Formats: sequence, C-alpha cells, structure tokens
Amino acid sequence: MPISIRESGTADGIPVSPGRQDVSDRAIPAIDDDAAAVDMFTPTQSVAARFRRNKLSIFGAVIVAVAVAAALFAPWLSPLDPDAVDARSRLAPIGTEGHLLGSDELGRDILSRLIWGARVTLLVSLSATAIALIVGTFLGLIGGYFLGWLDSVIMRLIDVLMAFPYFLLALTVIAVLGPGLLNGMIAVALVNIPFFTRIVRGVTLSIRESDYVMAARGIGASNTRILVRHVLLNCVSTVIVAGTLNIGWMITAAAALSFLGLGVQPPTSDWGTMLSSGRQFLSAAPHVATLPGLAIFITVLGFNLLGDGLRDALDPRLRE
Amino acid sequence: MWQYLFKRLLHTIPVLFGVSVLVFGMLHLAPGDPAQILLGPEATADSIAQVREDLGLDKPLVVQYATWMSKMARGDFGRSIVLGREVFPEIWARFKATAILTVTSLIIAVMLGVSAGIVSAVRQYSLFDSIAMLVALAGVSMPLFFTGIVAILAFAMKLRWLPSAGMYSPAGGDLWDLLRHLVLPALTLGTVSAAILARMTRSAMLEIIRQDYVRTARAKGLNERSVIYIHALRNASITIVTVLGMQIGYLLGGSVITEAVFSWPGIGQMMVRAIQARDYPMVQGGVFFVAAMFVFINLLVDVLYAYLDPRIRYR
Amino acid sequence: MRSTHGCGSNRGVPEQIQNGEPPVASDAPLLDVVGLKTHFFTFGGVVKAVDGVSLSVRRGETLGVVGESGCGKSVTALSVIGLVPNPPGRIVAGRIDFEGRGDVLGVSAEAMREIRGNEISMIFQEPMTSLNPVFRVGTQIAEAIRLHRQVSKKEAMERAIERLGLVGIPSPMARARDYPHQLSGGMRQRVMIAMAVACQPKLLLADEPTTALDVTVQAQILDLMNRMKEASGAAIMLITHDMGVIAEMCQRVSVMYAGVVVEHTDVRTLFANPLHPYTVGLLDSIPRGRSKASGQLKTIPGIVPNLLHLPKGCRFQDRCSQVHAACRESEPPLAAVCDGGDGGHLVRCWLHVSPSETPARP
Repeated sequence: MPISIRESGTADGIPVSPGRQDVSDRAIPAIDDDAAAVDMFTPTQSVAARFRRNKLSIFGAVIVAVAVAAALFAPWLSPLDPDAVDARSRLAPIGTEGHLLGSDELGRDILSRLIWGARVTLLVSLSATAIALIVGTFLGLIGGYFLGWLDSVIMRLIDVLMAFPYFLLALTVIAVLGPGLLNGMIAVALVNIPFFTRIVRGVTLSIRESDYVMAARGIGASNTRILVRHVLLNCVSTVIVAGTLNIGWMITAAAALSFLGLGVQPPTSDWGTMLSSGRQFLSAAPHVATLPGLAIFITVLGFNLLGDGLRDALDPRLRE
Repeated sequence: MWQYLFKRLLHTIPVLFGVSVLVFGMLHLAPGDPAQILLGPEATADSIAQVREDLGLDKPLVVQYATWMSKMARGDFGRSIVLGREVFPEIWARFKATAILTVTSLIIAVMLGVSAGIVSAVRQYSLFDSIAMLVALAGVSMPLFFTGIVAILAFAMKLRWLPSAGMYSPAGGDLWDLLRHLVLPALTLGTVSAAILARMTRSAMLEIIRQDYVRTARAKGLNERSVIYIHALRNASITIVTVLGMQIGYLLGGSVITEAVFSWPGIGQMMVRAIQARDYPMVQGGVFFVAAMFVFINLLVDVLYAYLDPRIRYR
Repeated sequence: MRSTHGCGSNRGVPEQIQNGEPPVASDAPLLDVVGLKTHFFTFGGVVKAVDGVSLSVRRGETLGVVGESGCGKSVTALSVIGLVPNPPGRIVAGRIDFEGRGDVLGVSAEAMREIRGNEISMIFQEPMTSLNPVFRVGTQIAEAIRLHRQVSKKEAMERAIERLGLVGIPSPMARARDYPHQLSGGMRQRVMIAMAVACQPKLLLADEPTTALDVTVQAQILDLMNRMKEASGAAIMLITHDMGVIAEMCQRVSVMYAGVVVEHTDVRTLFANPLHPYTVGLLDSIPRGRSKASGQLKTIPGIVPNLLHLPKGCRFQDRCSQVHAACRESEPPLAAVCDGGDGGHLVRCWLHVSPSETPARP
C-alpha cells in the first residue's frame, strides 16, 4: 500500500487533503526530469504487474511443453488406440470407466484421440511455421538488403498476397491443390509468409545502415557473409518472438481447414476434424465437440502467453 | 492529401492486377487438365475437346487471361459446374447475407473493443484492466468455430433463447427474426476482432496519455473526461482506423467459418461447398469478388485515415 | 500597474502606491508556498522531488526559479497548478496560498479546474509536442476561453484570433485555422503563450519556455512574455537553468538544489553577492565570451545526489569546496542574512547561518 500521507510528517504539522486527486485516474505520466531514473509505479502495482507477466508466461510455457510432450510421446501416453472402435460405449460421458474423457460416436476414446490429435495439429502448425519463417525471412533479407528491383518485386508479391483476406487465401490454395494434410500445411504457410517477410525486411532495413555493417563492408566481407553473420543474427530474436506469436494463428487456421473438411482427411484426424464430427451430437454429448475445441484454445493460449513473455524479454520493438 | 491518395490509388492498381492474375491462374495451377477439371470427372473426351475449343484453352495464357479478365469486368463470371447457373448472380444474391453478418460483427467489435481498450488504458493496472486484458488474450486464442459451437450450445440448446442456424426461420421472417438469427453469429465473429481492437486501443491510448499535449489540455482546466474522450481519443482514432482495415480482412475470412458453423447463407458457405466440389468458376468468382472488395475497402480506410490525420491532410 | 482591488477604498492598497511612490510589486504575495513536499512513491523507493520548499511570488513580479535538472523546480510548479502525476506523485505536506484565499491544496478538484488556465496558467518546455496535433490552433485557444468564460463558440474564436495577434503572430485569422505541425517552434510557443494568457491569469508558471528554441527566437519569446506581463499585471514564476535568462527577466530569484531552496534574494544581489557555494558555482560556470581567460570552462564537480538516498546533513556536501564538519551533521535551515536588498537575502548554508538561526520564509 502506498505510504500513508499522515505518517510522513510535515514541516509545520499541517496535513494535506487527500482530495488532491486532480490528475486523471491512474494515467501513467510522462517521465519528469525530476524523477528520471526510477520506475514510476507504486510498489504494489509494479511488483504485481511483473509477477503477473512472468507467471503467465511460465504458465504458457508449461502448456506448450505439455502439448509438445503429448505430440511427441503419443504412443506411450495414449491409454488406448485412437482409432479403436468400441460399439458398446458410444458417446460415453466424461469419467466413464475406461474412457477418462468419454468416447465419441464410434466409441473411440476421446483422450487418446486428443493426444494423437496433438501430434497432427502440432506437426502441421509447426511445419507450416517453419516453412513460412524460412521463406519469409529469406525474402525479407534479400529484399531489404539488396533493395532495387528485387525488393520491389518481392514487395509487390507480398502486397498481392496481403490483398486477400487471411483465411480466404488459405482457401484459395486448397482450391488449387485440393484438400489434404500436406496441402493444408502449404496453404497455412503461404498465408503467413508476408508476415515474416515484412518483419525481417524492416529489421534488415534498419540494420543495413548501421555502423558494423558498414565496417564489415569496409574490410571487404562478401554480401553473403554480411547477410548471414550480421543481419540475420540480429533478426533472430525478433523472428523467434514473431514466430511464437504466430503459431497460434497457424494452429487455428489449420484446425479451421480441417473443420471445414478441407484439411486433414480421414482416416487421419486432428482436433479440427474431431470438432467437426462431434458437432452433430452437440445436444446429446457436447463434450465430444467441446473437448477438442478446448484443446485448441488452451494450446493457442499457451503459445500466445509464451510469445508475450518472450517478447517482453527479448524484443520490446514488437510491442503492439 | 491528394498526393497521398494518388499514391495509394497508384499502388492499388498493380495489386488488383496481381490479384486477378492469381485468381486466373488458379485453374491452370491446379494439377490436371483445365478442361477436365471444368467439366468434372464424368466428362467424355468429346466434350472436353469441345470445351477446350470454346474457352480457347489452347491459346497462349496471356490471351486467355485477357479474355477472362474482360469477361469478369463485364460481370460475366462464368457458369458454375455444379449448379449450372451463372456465377455472378449467385454471388450477388449471397453477398447481402455476408455483408449483414460482417458489418454487424464489425460494429460489435468496435463498440466492445474500443471502449474496453479506453477504460483499460485510463485505469491501467486496475482490476478492470487486468481482467479485460486477460479476457482479450483468451478471445484472441479462441478459434472461431469453437466459440461458435460453445455459443450454440449455451444459448441455443441449453437456454433456448436464440436459434442456432440459418438466417431466417424456415417460414420466412421479419426484421426481428433476422436479428434473432444474427445475434450469435455476429457475436461469435465479433469477439476475436473485439479482443484485438481492445489490445491495440489500450496501447495506443497509453502512449497518447503520456504525451505533452494531454498535459497541456489538463493545464487549461479541462475536466478529465474531455481530456480522454476528446483530446486523447481523437488521436487514438488514427491508429484505430488503421487497424480496422486489417480487422475487416479478418472478418471477411472469418465469415467463411462462421457461416459454416451457423449455416448462414452467405458467400463463405457457398465457397466451401464450391471448393469441396471443385467448382472452379464458382471459387474463382467468389475469391475475386471478395478480394477486390477488400482492396477497395482498404482504399476507403486509407482515405479515412488521410482525413483523420491533419498531418496528412495538410502537408 | 492595475490595481486589482476594488476602486475607491485605500484599504489593502500598499503603502508605496498610497504615498505616490512608483508602484512596485505589491507586498502581499500573490502566491505563497510554504514547506511544500511533493514525493513520488516508486518501486525503487520514495523520491522526494520537492522536500520542504518555500517561496513566494508577488503581484506583477517575475520570480526566477533556477537549478540543475532534477532539482525539483518543475515539480514545484506542477504542484502549484495541481498537475502532479498521481500516481505516483503526491503532495504530502505544505500549503500553497493563492491570493490570500487560503490553502489551494485543500480545494476540490472542480474548484482547482476553475483556477487552472484561468487564474493560474502554465506553459511548458516543448512547444513541438505541447499542442494537440489533430485540432486547429485557434480551436485549442478558443477551448481554453470557453472553459472559463461564458461566451459563444464564435465569440471565443474571435477572442482567440485576437490573442494570436497580441502574441505577435502575423495574419492571425489565417493562422488560427492552421494545425500545429504547420507552424514553426517559435510560433508554437507563441500559441502556447496565447493559450495560457487567454483568460488573463494572475499567475503564469513558465517551465523553461525558451530552452527548446533557437537563440534568436528565445529573445523574442522572452520579450513577448515581458510585454504581456506589463500589459496585464500578471506575475510570472519563471523556471530555468539559464542564468542569463534570470538576469534579463526576473526581479527575485530562488535557487533550488536537490528538492530545496538553497538561496533566495533579488536578482541584483544574487549576481553581485552570491552566498551559497552552489549559486557561486552556477554563476562561475557561465561561459564568458571575453578574451581574458581561455582556460577550461568551470564546472561544479560531481553530480546531483540520488534523490532516493540523500546524504545526512547538507545536500550539497559532496560537491562543495568549502564543506566542513557541521555540513555533514545536519541540514542548515533557510535563514535570513543581513544583506539589504528587497525581501531579504536567504541562504541555506552553515557558512552564513549560525545554528541558532530560525528558518525564514522568502
């Protein structure tokens, strides 16, 4: 709690009215030169804010770890075979014996399907992220560094890609290539390339004029060397943060495609298809559809929290 | 300002061109023979040859593009394989439904998101701020189809307050009926957008409140309410409008999913079916239409932005 | 000089004027700050930005408040006008007496808003960022007028245009429709001044108004301020770190250091006979353009103490060339020194004040 006014004492013992709350409710002020180097919050507020931020990021990291673990160790973690049909216990509710999270309309165990579904979902999303990241970073680097016609062409392409609403572009790619897991991955990756390209290009533009790049040029380093050692290295933290924040969108988009039947195709199933097929039984057995949805939500939340934390730690430049 | 707008316009033209090329190229990029694709799997060799001649699929690509583009410009989007009807009238008929959904969602998003952002900024680190930002973070993380299904579950099935599908009741309905059907899908589509807007508004306002001119406004003796809602907000609106453009793109894309969840008879629903059926003319027409609209909407947003920021309006 | 009291009666009119002497700043202070303490409660501790400051401004005079960055002069002014950012700042002690009307610190927020911009105005250091970029300049001035006067929009705008002309802006009617980014720094500061004096305040707080401007423009702005002061009879509290400005503009001066006033006197005495080592240092460090000494610029060694960890005793002890044992023991009070001069000469220094002195108020 802030120090009580009365306690601090005064020269003449004249207390001050607490009604002096003129300036805004709690707006954080412009830093006055009079209190330059110090943090400008009350002790409680500042500590609470930091703790909250850190706690949330750690929470996010935990979620991500759990999801990744589920994906990696699915064969060992999963209690049952996700495709095992069990006609006797269809649409079993949560907590049924043998089916911790219930079963779907074909009697398949939901928990197992969720764990195996993590594999597919994360595989698609992380691969798509990797592709978008690599391609986007490459384009951003060469465009931002060499400028000229190369940059113009790249930027025009990016503009055209960005002229399509996000999801619509993914649908277009599917329309061209046809539905499927691989195509879904390509679609989601393609849609996110502009995101990375722009960010990396921005960083490259600002770095290329900096002193150490000039110096490297001065000693005759080749362009490739400069690009890789100096520019790329500087992009790393920005790209990591951007990538982590972006994975959430990737997961959602991939799952959305599956939900529409345009992504992962049966017999493979991921969380999106589980949700789609479970929709029909919404009134009778809502958990069949909501559990996979919850899984997506929590995983995306985890990545977002982790990304926020990374951003705070690594690169405040990306602050919205 | 005119200079700025002219540049934007100049920029739009090659983008539209690129979009059209891409859409045109869809048919040819797809694996398989275009004529075969157009006619579907049951086509006979003769009809394929016929179509190839009719549509000039033997001619060089550039010529094909020119023909196609001139047709599109005239409103001739071709004929749907599945439905056998002309594509454009189909799109236009469904456009109204999508527009109603998208506009309503936008309004909800702006009202909810911007006001939450303002209050969060003014009361930074308060309970409201913490909760609002957590909710916003959750909102951003929720996939649309999940939100939609939860909404249906809660409001349509359990509580039975609202219908869960379609735009009107089967027997046809009035405005009130439309509104009842509109609530859930619009709220679903609007929440993610609202969350994003809340976060952006909050950070924009936080930065603005720190500015010297806000202190000057207070020094004049202006009450706090006016300082925030007149001086600060007017500056923040510039940033917010910029973000709106992106949001509209999100809403247009998201409407596809929302329409699927709620069986809303819009363009999105049509597109999904067309893609599943490999109905190329329909897909091309739909994509081109929506993309072109998006480009123009962005241009409008640019105009609005130029108008709002005096530093652009008056060089 | 305009008498601000009711006509006819001699009651309350200072002796000098009654006797036909040339009117000087009235004796009863317009602003009387007593023992002001404004602290900032931060994560690192309590920053005592203003830690027991007493000063006063008389009607029609310009009081200079001078000191290095971080000495608390801005916060003092912000405290007077009630704009101390809260959180984390708070006025924890003292009283601010305005016009003999009682303690302004105890007044409601609404009453304070009436005073702000109306009876007490403030202009700030950065004209480039102190005006709202999305509103026209005339509108912003008119807003100030409409806040405190019952006039129509049209009337307010007319007055605003008139004010623009008074501060020396050519073609005021056209300029009123301009946006801030279309004006130069000097013009913007003129607009700020016009806005601040629009309602003819009795006290103008000027926080380094010319620091951010070109040297030539500085002179113009200072000149403008003087003219406005003479025309309206307002008083000015001029905050600056520039002794040259002090010499030109002020009648009396308070020197601040690390949150307290360390010397206070009229301007002539200050330059002729500075007593506090800090003041001496400040005056010495003014570069003199004479051909005489071409040595190094004189500086005051050391830096301003960390406001979070002030030393025991005199705040200046670590930088003072004449420090001795008493200085490290206890902080000297601000006490009067027999020096003559208007309003006395107050110093906070064990060199000039004996331990038995009672603290004085300027």
